[in-house]
Amino acid sequence: MAEFNLKRGYDIRISGEAERDIETLPSPKKVALLPSEFPGIKPRLDVDEGDQVKVGTPLFHDKERPEIKFVAPVSGKVAAINRGERRRLLEVVIENDEQKNVEQNGNRDKKNIEKMSREEIVSQLLNGGMWPHIRQRPFSKIANPGDVPRDIFISAMDTAPLATDPNFIIEDVKEHFQFGLDILSKLTDGKIHLSMTGKKEQRSAIFEQAEGVEKHYFTGNHPAGNVGVHIHHIDPIKIGGDFVWYVQPYAVGLIGKFFKQGYFANDRIVAKVGSSLNNRKYYKTVVGAPISTFIKEKDLNDEEQRFILGDVLTGQKTSIKGYISFYKHLVTVIPEGSEKRKLVGYFRPGMDLPSFSRTFLSSILKKNDKFTMDTRIFGEHRAFVQTGSYEKVLPMDIYPAVLMKSILAEDIEEMEGLGILELDEEDIALCSYIDLSKTNFGALLRHGLDLIEKEG
Amino acid sequence: MKLIENNLEKHRYKFEKGGKLEKWAPLYRAADTIMFWTSERTKSAPHVRDALDLKRFMMMVIVALIPATVFGIYNIGYQHYVAMGESFSFIDALGFGLVKFLPIVIVSYAVGGFWEVLFAIIRKHDINEGFLVTGILFPLTLPATIPLWQVAVAISFGVVLGKEVFGGTGMNILNPALTARAFVFFAYPARISGDKVWTAVDMAKDKVVDGFSGATPLLVASNTPGGQSAIHNVTGTTYGDFSWINMFYGLIPGSIGETSTLAILIGALILIITGVGSWRIIVSVYAGGFLMAFLMNIFAGPQSTGMFTLPAHFHLVMGGFSFGAVFMATDPVSASQTYRGKWVYGFMIGALAILIRTVNPAYPEGMMLAILFMNIFSPLIDHYIIKANINRRLSRATQ
Repeated sequence: MAEFNLKRGYDIRISGEAERDIETLPSPKKVALLPSEFPGIKPRLDVDEGDQVKVGTPLFHDKERPEIKFVAPVSGKVAAINRGERRRLLEVVIENDEQKNVEQNGNRDKKNIEKMSREEIVSQLLNGGMWPHIRQRPFSKIANPGDVPRDIFISAMDTAPLATDPNFIIEDVKEHFQFGLDILSKLTDGKIHLSMTGKKEQRSAIFEQAEGVEKHYFTGNHPAGNVGVHIHHIDPIKIGGDFVWYVQPYAVGLIGKFFKQGYFANDRIVAKVGSSLNNRKYYKTVVGAPISTFIKEKDLNDEEQRFILGDVLTGQKTSIKGYISFYKHLVTVIPEGSEKRKLVGYFRPGMDLPSFSRTFLSSILKKNDKFTMDTRIFGEHRAFVQTGSYEKVLPMDIYPAVLMKSILAEDIEEMEGLGILELDEEDIALCSYIDLSKTNFGALLRHGLDLIEKEG
Repeated sequence: MKLIENNLEKHRYKFEKGGKLEKWAPLYRAADTIMFWTSERTKSAPHVRDALDLKRFMMMVIVALIPATVFGIYNIGYQHYVAMGESFSFIDALGFGLVKFLPIVIVSYAVGGFWEVLFAIIRKHDINEGFLVTGILFPLTLPATIPLWQVAVAISFGVVLGKEVFGGTGMNILNPALTARAFVFFAYPARISGDKVWTAVDMAKDKVVDGFSGATPLLVASNTPGGQSAIHNVTGTTYGDFSWINMFYGLIPGSIGETSTLAILIGALILIITGVGSWRIIVSVYAGGFLMAFLMNIFAGPQSTGMFTLPAHFHLVMGGFSFGAVFMATDPVSASQTYRGKWVYGFMIGALAILIRTVNPAYPEGMMLAILFMNIFSPLIDHYIIKANINRRLSRATQ
């Protein structure tokens, strides 16, 4: 057990949090799986349009690692297979027949599980479609089933802007969480690290009472809740083939539930947040449910909105016609930036604009206010004019700008030395956010990580 | 305003890809985005961005330069009228100063801007806002009597060889404004050193008061013969009052923007409050300078020149020390980039500036050389700090 008090980091001052109130939605008429949200996966379809599927029927698998399967969350008919440019697979849509037919992976009780071998657990998770919940650092891709990780990390806190609170949504799977942990503990010879918020009053008893884990407490602004930051401080990834696995706490509960019920656990809790929405709260539904089942036109405030799967820093663009994703428990809706251009707007006092810097009056006079934030970039792309601010939003022993330059130079040895293996896009999203040269650090980081993976 | 905006919009297509004026796009975009803040939207994550951009960042530096600039303009007039022995009002002095100062600034912006635009068009990138600062910083380091053609040649040298040959703003090693200043200093020493250039009077025509010297306090100090006390020489000057507090206020001969430590410190406050300038660098330059001057005082012997005896706190208000510490050393591109590096970088600038002043009377203005020298060394400082970071990581791997 250890406590970490992180001084560096920044909470974006964006308004639009959700109320802590969960509404259970009726089973959606259709659901969709989005292959593009699984990084590094080359999807190969297992079904055709019109095929009948059950809960847990594989819809597609990875070309390189065919044992990794992505399964149907509901039973029914494959209604559409939507492709984008160059036939890229975008959505596999299933029409829900509400029959709840399932692909049973054998019924079992707790005693049986305790006797199960590691290989059996892995193959159950793979065949049951639960494996994609287990991911690996470095590279943030779905874990290799053949690997045995050094440790497994679970972050039971989320500091991202307007994020769902794991302490709140874990209630939904509280009777399965410990069981999920027990199963995970069979997958590693090392430890399971459970990191919680350092603020005792916010911590869920379910996490506090977890057994068989090493507990850690983190305090600080975003990204203090990121699993990458936790790994860095608890036991960092070493150069030369070292890797760890990580799982979201809600998914740990789902894994527990999966082993109890014997088929794919399709539950999902999602929060709708952002200043463009009225009536912001949490919803219990199934993975892949349409966004339109909980965001209605009448909930929308602004003329033009940006729908984001996930948080404003790392999420993907979507629309009211989109579907909720596998990993993200959040749909953010914020206003699009106004087309109006202000005369010398960059030289105004800036009472209405939040900034990490202290160059706006709002930073001095409205220190604790939250702001309606839209999608304006505020400025043009420029070469790096470094000001030393990037380190202030990355609570790790890493020099982000120097690392970015080594990626531009494609110098793999230097990248690894500078800590690229310890980072994911979400960890440096704030660097892009504050950057006055408007560089996209995340895309560049991914380019570097891809280079390293290719070199092998 | 609506008219201008509509006109910009109307002609936009000509400058876009395939338009007949495409190669002039950098110029169009500069005019367009300086007038009206861009309303462009993010395309992917992060979907929201901080409101700070390079334009505002650079404007903050310009705001911080206002006190020193206004004081400098007034001081041009003040020094002129005092030398002529005429009575004058505040407005007289300011007006005279403006007449002298404006042409220098206009030439600096126009000629430097020409090179900026030329390189932007050739390289097909946007014009960088960094020049807004360079264009005003450089004139402030010059005496008011500088010939305009020298301003033009020097800013060309500073922008082209100090910055553009390295690849433009962000890639340069040297501070372009200081590079230009160094060029004048070495190419035309007669117009930027000695004691006749600092006051805007025409020695051939104007009739100056008896006892007019025109020497800067720094020059007086460095001319102190061995065995004498520099402070005695400086404060004992008959023309002008070079007491510490007077030099701090800044009504003394010198380069336009450098004389008033008070005005510069107001600028420093703005830079530090807004976070645009690194307080680490500013503090460490002063610390380095103070300690080195103190050390020199200890070394002062009967054989050494009088400069050795100048007390540390006098050094900090004389010459370009403060201006360099606050506005030149803090240039984010040419300074050290790591926090630890900034401490070393700043401290070395302060220490070297005083060392040059003291032991080499030929270059009393050591600040410029010290900053340029440390500009060159800042990548090396960062290299060792980053190397240490890499080694920490590698040592973990082998444990």
